Amino acid sequence: MLRLENIKKTFNPGTVNEKCAVNGLSLHLKPGDFATIVGSNGAGKSTLLGAVAGSFYVDEGSIILDGKDITFMPEHRRSKVIGRLFQDPLKGTAPHMTIEENLALAYLRSSEGKAPFSRISRKDKEFFREQLSLLGMGLEDRMKQPVGLLSGGQRQALTLLMATMVPPQLLMLDEHTAALDPGTAEKVLELTQDIVERNHTTCLMVTHNMHQALTMGNRTLMMDDGRIVLDIQGEERKNMTVAGLLEKFRAGAGKDLDNDRILLSAEKEM
Amino acid sequence: MLYVVQTALELGFMYALVALALFLSYRILDIADLTTDGTFVLGAAVSVTVTTAGHPVLAIFAALAAGACAGFVTAFLQTRLGVPSILAGIVTNTGLYTVNLMAMGWSSNASLLRQDTLFSLLKDTGIGGDWYEILLAGGITLLICVLLVAFLKTRIGLSIRATGDNKEMVRASSVNPALMITIGLCMANAMTALSGAVVAQYQKSADINSGTGIVVIGLACLIIGETLTGRKSVARGVVAAVIGSIIYRFIYAIILTTKIVPIDCLKLVVAVIVGLAIAMPTLKEGAAFQRRKMAASRKGGR
Repeated sequence: MLRLENIKKTFNPGTVNEKCAVNGLSLHLKPGDFATIVGSNGAGKSTLLGAVAGSFYVDEGSIILDGKDITFMPEHRRSKVIGRLFQDPLKGTAPHMTIEENLALAYLRSSEGKAPFSRISRKDKEFFREQLSLLGMGLEDRMKQPVGLLSGGQRQALTLLMATMVPPQLLMLDEHTAALDPGTAEKVLELTQDIVERNHTTCLMVTHNMHQALTMGNRTLMMDDGRIVLDIQGEERKNMTVAGLLEKFRAGAGKDLDNDRILLSAEKEM
Repeated sequence: MLYVVQTALELGFMYALVALALFLSYRILDIADLTTDGTFVLGAAVSVTVTTAGHPVLAIFAALAAGACAGFVTAFLQTRLGVPSILAGIVTNTGLYTVNLMAMGWSSNASLLRQDTLFSLLKDTGIGGDWYEILLAGGITLLICVLLVAFLKTRIGLSIRATGDNKEMVRASSVNPALMITIGLCMANAMTALSGAVVAQYQKSADINSGTGIVVIGLACLIIGETLTGRKSVARGVVAAVIGSIIYRFIYAIILTTKIVPIDCLKLVVAVIVGLAIAMPTLKEGAAFQRRKMAASRKGGR
């Protein structure tokens, strides 16, 4: 499904701020794989997602999605088949446009070849209403309201719907529940799991919650210093504990995990 | 008196097209498009030249196309060549000065003497009686308003609005923001040029300096209108541009007839009003902060 071959990205090359964020990383996801990613601060998790999404072009290596080389494809073309959620719930929606208009925009993905001057049809609206009701947040009765009036959790749920309404080939979640309060985070996470399972979407999820990293999806990746230092799935993953994962990280990276938020959430689990 | 009212309405409708253009570029796309001054003259110049050749209707379409080209240059500079958006407008505007002179046959002004214009053609049909000028100016502006509101509800229109609202999200929704900015600026400048084209046929002349400061006047109109309609929806914004423009022309007429303010000072007055209006949110915030600080120092004695 997704194949990364030895990708490399250095930011600000040749300056004091030079930072090799992803360093010769290779990864292969099978169709339907749901991989969680954890790692230390600055390990390159977000850079990895950015490279796949096309926020920037990689310096070396190639990115192949569904058999197609997308290494040099611009971001807006990749986003036809890649859905993406950010940590900041404000990033995924247009605040001054209504819920309905935001959904219509996301629905453009499916409208390849449809007349650019066509308007939102009644059938589209019915479809949006139906999809919104699946979120269980009552948003289907607020379709004419600007998105700026919604809470962070509601906006993130809406963004999730927008990213998956036309099922993408790949869904990438960058700590998309980290900025939400615990209850809302739980709800958005549940929705994520439902939607991904329903569509069998291939998925990459960055998280700082070690427990989530082991329980969600079918595969756990740990990153450090621009590389994947640990990749577990199947039986090994099933029997893994949070403490075991930290131990494995130490063995793989040659140092302790230094992500404060991970450690805080890990302490709660242990 | 009636004549003053008529003139204010006529000019209000014609210049409203500039306010509509700024609504699209400044409010919707969030780009301060300084091409506007030059584009207005470009529209006037093309309109006069083509009308002189005997094609007053074709002149309007030629002006629209010329305006769109000017918008394209500005958009190209900022979306493909990385020129900051304000600078891109200034660069195009500067270049347009020469283009405008060229369009007027290397002369700083051009007049229509006996040629037919849209206005004289309508007058000859007898439709509208004494109000034929308002009928034509208002008709064109209202037509553009309807088309603009309808356009902003289409798929492309939604994409343009989202580009001004949240560029990152647009890219993640498979829309190319560079293309949307280009379309938006082409349309905005086509409207500005249309305004210039109609005004030129109305006044039977085009002048190389007639566009100076028109971007600020257009913004003033938009802001005046928005204080009445609010900024809640696209339709309100469009109405704001037209109403604001008419009010501005009435104020202008009052100043012109009563001479409360010397007419030479008008641009300064407009500049101050626009500056204040755009600064208002910041000023309000600052005032609120000072009040809080004073209240706190009274209470705490610090």
